[in-house]
Amino acid sequence: MKALILVGGYGTRLRPLTLSVPKPLVEFCNKPILLHQVEALVKAGVDHVILAVSYMSDLLEREMRVQEERLGIRISLSHEKEPLGTAGPLALARELLNVDNEPFFVLNSDVICDFPFKDLLQFHHNHGKEGTIVVTRVEEPSKYGVVVFEADSGRIHRFVEKPQVFVSNKINAGIYIFNPSMLSRIQLRPTSIEKEIFPVMAEEGHLYTMELQGFWMDIGQPKDFLTGMCMYLQSLRQHAPERLRTGPGFLGNVLVDPTAQIGENCTIGPNVSIGAGVVVEDGVRIKRCTVLKGARVRSHSWLESCIVGWSSSVGQWVRMENVTVLGEDVIVNDELYLNGANVLPHKSINESVQEPRIIM
Amino acid sequence: MLKAVILIGGPQKGTRFRPLSFEVPKPLFPVAGVPMLQHHIEACAKVPNMKEILLIGFYQPNEELTRFLVNAQQEFKVSIRYLQEYAALGTGGGIYHFRDQIVSGSPEAFFVLNADVCSAFPLAEMLSFQKEHGEPNSLVILGTTANRKQSMNYGCIVENEQTHEVMHYVEKPSTFVSDIINCGIYLFKPDIFQHIGAVFQKNQQDMLLYPYDGEEPTNGWHRAEAIRLEQDIFTALAAQGKLYVYKTLSFWSQIKSAGSAIYASRLYLNQYHTTHPERLASNKEGGPKISGNVYIHPTANIDPTATLGPNVSIGSGVTIGAGVRVRESVILHGATLQDHCCVLNSIVGWDSTIGKWARVEGTPSDPNPNDPFAKIDSETLFREGKLTPSITILGCNVTIPSEVIILNSIVLPHKDLNRSFKNQIIL
Repeated sequence: MKALILVGGYGTRLRPLTLSVPKPLVEFCNKPILLHQVEALVKAGVDHVILAVSYMSDLLEREMRVQEERLGIRISLSHEKEPLGTAGPLALARELLNVDNEPFFVLNSDVICDFPFKDLLQFHHNHGKEGTIVVTRVEEPSKYGVVVFEADSGRIHRFVEKPQVFVSNKINAGIYIFNPSMLSRIQLRPTSIEKEIFPVMAEEGHLYTMELQGFWMDIGQPKDFLTGMCMYLQSLRQHAPERLRTGPGFLGNVLVDPTAQIGENCTIGPNVSIGAGVVVEDGVRIKRCTVLKGARVRSHSWLESCIVGWSSSVGQWVRMENVTVLGEDVIVNDELYLNGANVLPHKSINESVQEPRIIM
Repeated sequence: MLKAVILIGGPQKGTRFRPLSFEVPKPLFPVAGVPMLQHHIEACAKVPNMKEILLIGFYQPNEELTRFLVNAQQEFKVSIRYLQEYAALGTGGGIYHFRDQIVSGSPEAFFVLNADVCSAFPLAEMLSFQKEHGEPNSLVILGTTANRKQSMNYGCIVENEQTHEVMHYVEKPSTFVSDIINCGIYLFKPDIFQHIGAVFQKNQQDMLLYPYDGEEPTNGWHRAEAIRLEQDIFTALAAQGKLYVYKTLSFWSQIKSAGSAIYASRLYLNQYHTTHPERLASNKEGGPKISGNVYIHPTANIDPTATLGPNVSIGSGVTIGAGVRVRESVILHGATLQDHCCVLNSIVGWDSTIGKWARVEGTPSDPNPNDPFAKIDSETLFREGKLTPSITILGCNVTIPSEVIILNSIVLPHKDLNRSFKNQIIL
């Protein structure tokens, strides 16, 4: 089986992290975002993953060679010379997707959830039509495009963009499965799959939905990245609690890489993920944060709702909060207060940032 | 023999020192670990032949003031008395009202010091200067150099550069007059009372000629007696061969706002290296990490993993937990700072508690460090409708919960906060 992941461009929404590392390789809960998806696909029987990328990165290519080896699958990079939207990349990869008559998965690379690929394949086979899209329930449908469908069969009637009157609370979760025949609907030009392809398929009775169980989040920007982390860790608590760190000094769901060092008299959690080689010194308080590989948090600091970039160093008695994001190799000097600071890589910060802003 | 008068004001004054002046008369607020006034008294007591120190103000006699006076008399072996004005009489009216007390025993001269200044008090130098300049009864103002812009917030002195006679005096002019400013510290001869007496007589005559028809509750006598040294006396005495300025290069600052108390603490702590090295904490085995000048009261209980300084004063009975950081702050007696909390540019009130990992932070209002003549700005609380960022002040018995931040805020006494606050006055 094959799967196409829409990786796209520079991942600008996840800057400053994506200034150092291509978005698919940014670790989410100690594993590159892309591997969450690829590993779930492999489990469902996928043996060829195609990444639709609009810029080439040596780092990404090299990492994919490593993962091919590790997972025993094939990973191809399909490079768009110009942006092709959400449908165009399917046309570009037509040759790779159309080798047999098997259905293939398509997913947005920003999405994190308990990927239901096996159920999706089963459901898709059962209705026998051209496509199935996964939907997820949201609290405020008026902010999204919602999907209106037949409750029993899942057959889609129509899509409504930002409905002002309630028609549905289910939105497109960015996870699909299609028969190869669907590829004939798409031409090699910039095309939106949501706006140009799906409505036609629905009209013809060829598009069904399967509702996602459990959590779902688009982690394409830092605020949602952290919310997604909380959801993912809660899901770990239910499905693999042994992977979470517990004991004195740990509160709620906390994921700590075995190579990380945590000092004495710290209180970590709830909702914290700490990457490989991280050093957390004594007396540190961290909650609702991601601390990436090789970072150091010095003693007595207090961090809430932050992403600490790779190899960054947070000084003593620093307070960081309100979605402060440190890029790679940022140094925050002792005793500073960072409120919603977005700090670009390789910066040394000497002054407090009392109101949210970007530090170039 | 010599005497000294310290003008301590009264409860209606010192509002810029709220909420700290709710708990203690401003002159008794600790600066560098000891009451503001004690620095004055120590300086006066050091002057040879000093026989008596008189405090003049309009505070009701109170236990704290009395206790302070008793202790100070014992410590400095000099007579110290408090003379209470029946009303606020101004800087000249107060000494005039108590002139008999001041001249009794026939001192050849007496100092007058405002309580709300911080200074190296070069009193001996003023005495020698007085002997060398002008006629025997000349009066001396201590002056210092300010920058042009800030000088206009003070009394400005124009001197004859050869003789140092004061040629012109003006209080808080609206345009630049001189960069020599009045430090609020004077050396007078008993002869000064003739000059004040003349103003008093004139005030009385004016009142008979132009009776006040308002609803002032006090009698006319009071108003005739309210006399300001600066506007009423110095301005008139300028260029009369009577008034001289002794310019000092040593440190000096007003202590108007609470923010300036932290700055004044820094100046005095620095002076302790020569005057009171025993009051400065040092790094010792089993003690906290000390960085720069720090005063710690002997009864304070401080965890060895805490880091204090520079410019920190820790009062009696204060408890400081593990991993606490304090910098540029005053911690008043009985306060508790729990583990890992961080206190920067703040005054923590008596018996207040700061929770674990909380951050209490203010913005320093220090003078421009690149201008040697810059003074602390007597900042206004609000600018363009917004609270000016300044030091954070926690009143007495305030509780700050764990993990919050209190930034650039003033918390009135007896408040239990339950969340973070920024740039607010919390009633």
